[in-house]
Amino acid sequence: MGLSTTSVVPQAAADVRALLSVENISLRFGGLKALTDVSFHVKPGELFSIIGPNGAGKTSMLNCISGRYTPSEGIVRFEGENITKVKPNRRAAIGIGRTFQNLALFSHMSVLDNIMVGRHHLLKNNLFNGALYWIGGAQKEELEHRRKVEEVIDFLDIQHVRKATAGTLSYGLRKRVELARAVALEPKLILLDEPMAGMNLEEKEDMARYIVDLNEEWGMTIIMIEHDMGVVMDISHRVMVLDFGKKLVEGEPAAVLADPHVRKAYLGEEDPLLEDEQALTALSA
Amino acid sequence: MAIDTMRPCGDYRTSYKADQTIFATRLTLLFCIGAVVLLCFAPFFMSRYALSLLIQIGYLGIAALGLNILVGFSGQISIGHAVFFGFGGFASAYLADKGVPVPLAIVLAGLWTTVVGLIFGLPAARVKGLYLAIATLAAQFILQDFFVRAEWFTGGTHGAIAAPFTLFGYDLSGDDKYFYVVLFFVVIMYLGATNLMRTRDGRALIAVRDHYLSAEMMGVNLAKYRTMAFGISSFYAGIGGALYAHYVGFMSVEGLDILFSIQFLGMIIIGGLGSIMGTLMGTIFMVLLPEATGWVAGALSGSVIDQVLHLKDGISYLREMLIGAAIILFLMFEPDGLAHRWRQIKAYWKLYPFSF
Repeated sequence: MGLSTTSVVPQAAADVRALLSVENISLRFGGLKALTDVSFHVKPGELFSIIGPNGAGKTSMLNCISGRYTPSEGIVRFEGENITKVKPNRRAAIGIGRTFQNLALFSHMSVLDNIMVGRHHLLKNNLFNGALYWIGGAQKEELEHRRKVEEVIDFLDIQHVRKATAGTLSYGLRKRVELARAVALEPKLILLDEPMAGMNLEEKEDMARYIVDLNEEWGMTIIMIEHDMGVVMDISHRVMVLDFGKKLVEGEPAAVLADPHVRKAYLGEEDPLLEDEQALTALSA
Repeated sequence: MAIDTMRPCGDYRTSYKADQTIFATRLTLLFCIGAVVLLCFAPFFMSRYALSLLIQIGYLGIAALGLNILVGFSGQISIGHAVFFGFGGFASAYLADKGVPVPLAIVLAGLWTTVVGLIFGLPAARVKGLYLAIATLAAQFILQDFFVRAEWFTGGTHGAIAAPFTLFGYDLSGDDKYFYVVLFFVVIMYLGATNLMRTRDGRALIAVRDHYLSAEMMGVNLAKYRTMAFGISSFYAGIGGALYAHYVGFMSVEGLDILFSIQFLGMIIIGGLGSIMGTLMGTIFMVLLPEATGWVAGALSGSVIDQVLHLKDGISYLREMLIGAAIILFLMFEPDGLAHRWRQIKAYWKLYPFSF
């Protein structure tokens, strides 16, 4: 994937293999700096997690990738192409799907229709042959895509609520339907914003299972924001830590967890060693 | 869930095709076909007056469906629907006057109204809610004024003559024959809308209504679909208006006021926002309510109530008041409209006597 890209601009040449490259992103809302000079790269097939305390800019980061926000500075590249200014609704077609932190289902539609909306960019029928349905191939196309949607429904074990109105479902199920909808897009990269928030242990385990399966069996690259450290450390390949809009560290889960800055910023732990270091640097200055 | 519980037991679908049908069961399909067939025989046993009411329900129902697609399905608002209805009528009368065959003129009038609707729908790509409501209010007054002034198009304050409906030289005017024309259009337009709502673009419209942010992430172009909803809505209004013009034989700017627009809103609120069959129910309700008021007033004539309220003199006021009261009562007690009530009645019979 992306290996044969010869037209990659020089500065990204080192990351030809990256599916997504975020280069020096800054995001400002007036005087508020949500993100400051953040860069990272996600390789195809990776399960990449972004962690950080509340207000660290994790969701802002995701919004920059999904197109909700346009970064004040910096470039987002997807498969080597600059997509910084591409409209959000075009990003589904190039292969980016996402779920939301707060449930964002179409609550009056059935679960089935919700997931079918995920196939919007893959469907070709329009207003005219849609209204004619039987003539013009809309029915045939709808049924073909229904089959694909059923595969996603099977994978996420939501067969029993297929026809239920999305707004009537329980929280855990809604989260699952939202994941199903994003998966139905057939994205190369899927952005998950707190997929396990507000779930009990069992639901979390299920969700972790789905995410790992998506990554390993369906071959999707995943960027995930999650607060449950146990899950993050268990399933991520690499982790990036944000704090006050700045990148603290990035690396393997174990290395990140051991990083003293992370312990201080994220886990709120006072590290005696770190304090000693600071004292030393203060003295030597 | 509601749909599932309504299915008879033992009804297993073995193909996706069987699961995507419009009607839940074969019986409902047969029932609907039966109803249309029965309506085909209506001119043989119904009075002309009853037929005229049915025709009225037909053309208003088509226009109301357009408004329901805009308000109920795509979550926007228009308080200028009457002028698009009127535009369709004038356009069709104008085209027929220029020599276009009436059946073709009706369709062309629909398309012409679509273009006008798209222009007035352009603000929808940018503004929502109250602001959009005001923008459509502007459409109401601009077009109403246009109708009075554009004498070449509408005949100004005198109005325009609309040619009678003829098909291949065969005259189809008159209640008993025009009824079939309206019935044909109703069936086509309602089927079209039903199909639209179970395919890509219809789902996108509903998605934009329910959660526009995530709809956008799913690849739905918000501006396109918001404007498109206005286009579809105007098309339906235009067809409805054109049918009206050729039925009455005359199109006048009178009556295309904001009250008429609000009556359309009343129809879809009473019928059920976001329900296609509900639109028809709401239209039937709105058409029959004044009739029922007349019957009741007639039955009460000479009684004490009549003497106190002077029903005969005040009947037109009473009708308007009842329409307002009906809208308020529905908003309070049955916000999902008659369509929802109908579903509940069906569920009641289905589950009786074990209503839990």
